[in-house]
Amino acid sequence: MTSKRPLLIPSPRTPNTQHLPALPVYSDIANPTSGGTGLFSGMDSRNPAAADNSINVELPTFKSSPQRSISSSQRSVSSSQGSVVEPPTFKSSSQRSVSSSRRSVVEPPTFKSSSQGSVVEPPTFKSSSQRSVSSLQSKASGNNSVRESISSLQSKNSGNNSVREVSFGDLESKPVRYGSRGADSEALSLSQKDLNEEDARVVYIDDLAKTNERFEYSGNSIRTAKYSVFTFLPRNLFEQFHRVAYIYFLVIAVLNQLPQLAVFGRGVSILPLAFVLLVTAVKDGFEDYRRHRSDRIENNRLASVLVGNQFHPKKWKDVRVGEIIKIQASEAIPCDMVLLSTSDPTGVAYVQTINLDGESNLKTRYAKQETLSKMPDKEKITGLIKCENPNRNIYGFHAFMEIDGKRLSLGPSNIILRGCELKNTHWVIGVAVYVGRETKVMLNSSGAPSKRSRLETRMNFEIILLSGFLVALCTVVSFCAAVWLRHNNDELDDILFYRKQDYSKGKVDDYNYYGWGLEILFTFLMSVIVFQIMIPISLYISMELVRVGQAYFMIRDGQMYDESSDSRFQCRALNINEDLGQIKYVFSDKTGTLTENKMEFQCASIWGVDYNGGRSSPEQVGYSVEVDGKILRPKMKVKADPDLQQLLRSGKDTNEGKHVYEFFLALAACNTIVPLVVDTSDPNGGLLDYQGESPDEQALVYAAAAYGFMLIERTSGHIVIDIQGDRQRFNVLGLHEFDSDRKRMSVILGCPDKTIKVFVKGADTTMFSVIDKRLNLDIIRATEAHIHAYSSLGLRTLVVGMRELSATKFEQWHSSFEEASTALIGRAALLRKVAGTIENNLIILGASGIEDKLQLGVPEAIDSLRTAGVQVWVLTGDKQETAISIGYSSKLLTRRMTQIIINSSSRDSCRRSLEDAILMSRKLMTVSADTQTDRGSSGHGGTQVALIIDGTSLVYILDSELEEKLFELASYCTVVLCCRVAPLQKAGIVALVKNRTADMTLAIGDGANDVSMIQMADVGVGISGQEGRQAVMSSDFAMGQFRFLVPLLLVHGHWNYQRMGYMILYNFYRNAVFVLILFWYVLFTCFSLTTAITDWSSMLYSIIYTAVPTIVVGILDKDLSRRTLLDYPQLYGAGQRQECYNSKLFWLTVVDTFWQSLAVFFIPLFAYWGSSIDRSSIGDLWTLAVVILVNLHLAMDVIRWNWITHAAIWGSIIATWICVFVIDAIPSLVGYWAIFHVIKTASFWLCLLAIIIAAMAPRFVVKFLYQYYRPSDVQIARELEKFGNPSASRPAQIEMNAILDLPRR
Amino acid sequence: MEAKDGASNPTSSTKKKSRKPKYSKFTQQELPACKPILTPASVILIFVAIGIVFIPIGLASLFASERVVEIVHHYDKDCIPLKYADNMLAYIQSSKTNKTCVRKLTIPKQMKSPVYIYYQLDHFYQNHRRYVKSRSDKQLRSKSYENTTDDCAPERYTAKGVIVPCGLVAWSLFNDTYKFSVNNKQLGVSKKDITWKSDQKNKFGSDVYPKNFQSGGLIGGAKLNSSIPLSEQEDLMVWMRTAALPTFRKLYGRIEVDLEADAVITVTIENNYNTYSFRGNKKLVLSTASWIGGKNYLLGVAYLTVGGLCLFLALAFLLLYLIKPRPLGDISYLSWNRSASGGHIY
Repeated sequence: MTSKRPLLIPSPRTPNTQHLPALPVYSDIANPTSGGTGLFSGMDSRNPAAADNSINVELPTFKSSPQRSISSSQRSVSSSQGSVVEPPTFKSSSQRSVSSSRRSVVEPPTFKSSSQGSVVEPPTFKSSSQRSVSSLQSKASGNNSVRESISSLQSKNSGNNSVREVSFGDLESKPVRYGSRGADSEALSLSQKDLNEEDARVVYIDDLAKTNERFEYSGNSIRTAKYSVFTFLPRNLFEQFHRVAYIYFLVIAVLNQLPQLAVFGRGVSILPLAFVLLVTAVKDGFEDYRRHRSDRIENNRLASVLVGNQFHPKKWKDVRVGEIIKIQASEAIPCDMVLLSTSDPTGVAYVQTINLDGESNLKTRYAKQETLSKMPDKEKITGLIKCENPNRNIYGFHAFMEIDGKRLSLGPSNIILRGCELKNTHWVIGVAVYVGRETKVMLNSSGAPSKRSRLETRMNFEIILLSGFLVALCTVVSFCAAVWLRHNNDELDDILFYRKQDYSKGKVDDYNYYGWGLEILFTFLMSVIVFQIMIPISLYISMELVRVGQAYFMIRDGQMYDESSDSRFQCRALNINEDLGQIKYVFSDKTGTLTENKMEFQCASIWGVDYNGGRSSPEQVGYSVEVDGKILRPKMKVKADPDLQQLLRSGKDTNEGKHVYEFFLALAACNTIVPLVVDTSDPNGGLLDYQGESPDEQALVYAAAAYGFMLIERTSGHIVIDIQGDRQRFNVLGLHEFDSDRKRMSVILGCPDKTIKVFVKGADTTMFSVIDKRLNLDIIRATEAHIHAYSSLGLRTLVVGMRELSATKFEQWHSSFEEASTALIGRAALLRKVAGTIENNLIILGASGIEDKLQLGVPEAIDSLRTAGVQVWVLTGDKQETAISIGYSSKLLTRRMTQIIINSSSRDSCRRSLEDAILMSRKLMTVSADTQTDRGSSGHGGTQVALIIDGTSLVYILDSELEEKLFELASYCTVVLCCRVAPLQKAGIVALVKNRTADMTLAIGDGANDVSMIQMADVGVGISGQEGRQAVMSSDFAMGQFRFLVPLLLVHGHWNYQRMGYMILYNFYRNAVFVLILFWYVLFTCFSLTTAITDWSSMLYSIIYTAVPTIVVGILDKDLSRRTLLDYPQLYGAGQRQECYNSKLFWLTVVDTFWQSLAVFFIPLFAYWGSSIDRSSIGDLWTLAVVILVNLHLAMDVIRWNWITHAAIWGSIIATWICVFVIDAIPSLVGYWAIFHVIKTASFWLCLLAIIIAAMAPRFVVKFLYQYYRPSDVQIARELEKFGNPSASRPAQIEMNAILDLPRR
Repeated sequence: MEAKDGASNPTSSTKKKSRKPKYSKFTQQELPACKPILTPASVILIFVAIGIVFIPIGLASLFASERVVEIVHHYDKDCIPLKYADNMLAYIQSSKTNKTCVRKLTIPKQMKSPVYIYYQLDHFYQNHRRYVKSRSDKQLRSKSYENTTDDCAPERYTAKGVIVPCGLVAWSLFNDTYKFSVNNKQLGVSKKDITWKSDQKNKFGSDVYPKNFQSGGLIGGAKLNSSIPLSEQEDLMVWMRTAALPTFRKLYGRIEVDLEADAVITVTIENNYNTYSFRGNKKLVLSTASWIGGKNYLLGVAYLTVGGLCLFLALAFLLLYLIKPRPLGDISYLSWNRSASGGHIY
């Protein structure tokens, strides 16, 4: 029942959109001719502008076309109608009459389509009817004009059926029947047809044996853990060996075990691989252990299950389908169950669905009237429930129940789902229908796929390149060896340094010679072993360590600590840190992510006077009342406007006071809020918690309470309001619930003074059409102006009106209401018509402005992200209007943007809308490009396009060829807003982008409904807010506030990416240069794979000599300071453009590596050619040269030298010297004391110096030229940081730091 | 409108330990750091400095190399009697043939003592994998490891027992000998201290005596006097320190007198070593030494080249800088500013 904002947001070009008269929806729809044409024939013959394609563009050129997104589309109605084959068995049920009514045009076909659309899919779609997304969305496949009523029907079961049986005669309260509502059967009756008798699940109530007769339904135990004790080792190893490199190293390790090939020691070659595997296995094992533990806790919770005639506690895991379960207040619901009865005489139960869909308010669920009175512990219930097979649609449920020979239809409002909690209801009794893995919540939490970072994926490609390179090296060696062997074949026997023959045994034998062919093969394999570090396994270890270090800094970042929830940043996935630096798309949930999910009453316009003093006035002690000896105060305090309070205290004698009084009475009464008393520590005090489905209503009721109109009690027949200390009882004589066509609700109150008043509140668009304009025109004008002002502040506005009813008029209404609510045919439409008769000629009271409170810093964060080139998409389950209004307040949408709105109800209309929109946005692009070149202004000045699309349209677009078009369209848009999307659709949208671009996607959300999207995106971020832990549990990173996304991406992401990208390239270089030095030497050893560098040094090279600096630099180096990165969000583009790791850089590195290895190898080679140098001495020279070189190479690229970097780099070089000294001090090794001799010679030092200068010079020159003459943005920013830029003023960026440091209230 | 529940109560929140990360310069990644940036001035300076250092070094080493007097005499072919010219292998492998060969060398320039005598082998892969592995350093060191010959195949043992020193390296010990005389006067050749002190002291055991050496089916090279411990077999030590490259010299001895220019030295060579089977070369080298080692122009040339290039680069950068300077840290060069103003495209 949230406020309805105009569908079209006023833009400067069409300032009056808001006041365009609302096209009555039925005017077009009710046209019987088009409705009656039947089947699909109508589909193509229709004028696209008229209805279905509801592309909605605010452009002057489009002004003549219908601006409203009305669309009737009887076509889909009729088409679905056509596809419906009604089995005769259902003839007696209510939907029979509904469909027949369509023909007699008693009921507008629109409505029908809504109910039909919910279950019947257009024939074209039939094949895909099993898809989860489509089934999920099938509820909304009607045309768009009824879309909202459908969804509201699902979400709150309100919709059209505001049936309340009220008798005027006795003004007494009488329970309102909620149980079997007309609309329920209307909306769901068709489901019976859809339920395939064979496929359906049949549950015999309280009869386990019979239920499980046909199939054995699984138990209620759940399992989220990946491994069991037995499967851990194989599965974990299997997963780990998905890394190509691991397999490679396994093969190498195995090869080295062959005696002919043993180049290195046996254990030594396995050690590194084993170490990596072990560390990862321990980590995975621990994580899985925690999942096991939580599973066990969950499975062992107790539920009270009917056994015999009594409810006994039973573990959750033992609950079976068909069992009857009783749940007490505040208990969690163990499985999906159909309600039988509740503690409420009307059969209402309230559930909290926070863990399911992320909404924190209470939802109402109903037990069927027919089962309400049955007490299973007293009398046995027999009956059966036929329901659809388990699916993921948490908003849909189609079933019917046969009980006592009656057939009742069941809908989503009759089922309570696992993951919810029972609230505000003493107990409920229900039948388990889906248990364990088949519950909707479990089906929705698809297992988290392990993610791999983009950089790593790329890297794997380069590693394949490197392996190709390795193979080439090995081939060269073995080919040369082959040639040499062939050439010297005859001399091999006694060649002094080869000596094939072994004379030591009795007979002369070949020694270590296996024939020409095998020798070649062995040479090849041995060269693989010798050159193995070409593929840097150490890189994987380094990456893990670097990520841990990066995660440490992200967790410890004080700017990502949320004080209000006392939550730090959490790194839940350790392998995608660097992806944060490359994000191109952010998919954000709205509620709880962008907003705090708290509505706040801000200001009101009453009787033409704007009262907005509350915004600035200090907080006061809230209003309180005493009830039953307890002092109750509202849970939320609202800042009140002092003038208004003064006015209220002065009484309602004045004309002004009277209207104010009526206004607040309307706020307090015209809603469906249920007040709840919450006990506090103070025994004499209590808090009044207003529970309701609409946060707007809550805010209004709290506001009313703050001004002394405190709602104390609400039953279905009356309400009690404490008005300025005077408790008054009002009889609720009638209530027209909110529906999205009227966009308003009304309540008829029998006041204590025997007058009958109708209070109406609703969206300004529809309210002004029912307000009597003959009276108080100036007031209306003033109110309109105020509403405009409010909404431009981003407030959600509601207009309140009233009228007094005379007794006769009321009688008239009452009789027609009675008639309508008992009507069998077209009840909802009749009721709406009845509402229409009374909701007119209203006196305007005023309007309210409610702030959907954005989280702190959200607009600034979005602005920063946008400047950084990140496309922000908002995916919300909210209504379009709400979404758009949040779009404005969060600066996502601006008034300068052109909005494209797509609400379509069929695939064809979707296609048309998309095509039109693409054409138009193309045109806009060219126009703006032209103007840009004309004016020479920056890209920000051009026309920006915002796409707003709803879930219904997405049903047709996702998973079809239209995806392409949507994607194309989206690529023209700066902003995309998707409203009314179901959880799985969110994932579908993310997949739409993810599968079509190489760009990185990030999804951020806080509720369980965001889980699928979080898991689908490359990076999933969970907000650890109030909305349960599901999102956090499935996310890769979790944090307290949306605004932390800015430091996370722009600062940490940038750093991580830059560091990791550099580290990978450096590691390639580091290992390749070493391998190449080995390779060059092999060419001078008769291709026999001798190494001059000792085995020990080869082993220690990537462990001690060069490992620490790259890790330290990978963790600590910063190319730019936090401040610069936040000041210039555009610098984030470096990651998006893949500036730190791309094939160009890779190949440059390869060339550089070649040169450096040549310098290292050949300078000593020529210097010592024909000299008496021995192998160990020159080996030591090469070792030291290459280690110093690679460390200095790193040093040259280090951007920020702090003491740790110094220690790591110089320390490594020193450590290498020490190691070389130590190795050469071992007498049993060949190279004993070599280093001590060689360092005494001048040529050693000359070689060393020459190598380093000659090797580094080219890189240094290129680096300098590149930095100086083709500076990257990062480079300029670095210079700016160092030298400042006095000439240029700082750009007008929002100082994130200042905002971030602000303490939260 | 603020939730008034207990959580936000200030007293309770202070009681509960806050998870707020403690501030430190380290955790906030704000450690004091220096941020060097390549400015044209610094780069030009670096290159000038390298040039200034390298060119003198290059000149000095060229000069030193130039002063080294070196005589290289390639004798393997010349020492084959004519009748064996077509069958050198038979000549060298036969124990009957007379291997003595007399050569005359003219000293081009005065050679100050000590004059080092080397033998140089070409195409001899002392670094071949099979070859370098075929030795036992443990056995060389100590008598107690006499039987540690695992890696020594195919020269591990003979019928009589373990070979000491085992392995191909020792087996192929060089066995040509040289005698020098000037004007029929014998020149003394010092063969002491031609190897590293460390080898004598620690690597080759004083209690290890040659055993069964060169008594197998195939004779590889020199025989060793089995009454002298390995620690005093300096030729072996020199040989066992295997060369890094296929063309190498090994120290044979020293002549401790100056050799005058134009003097003719008569060298009597015992040409025993078989390099003919692998088309290797044997050379006799007489050389003086300098601080840079033997005669080698490469380092000098390399230093001069690098130094020269650096000076050239410094000059080039200087010119570039003067012609086309770019102000450092000018935000108008940022890509998003650049595309707007359209200028500054390099």
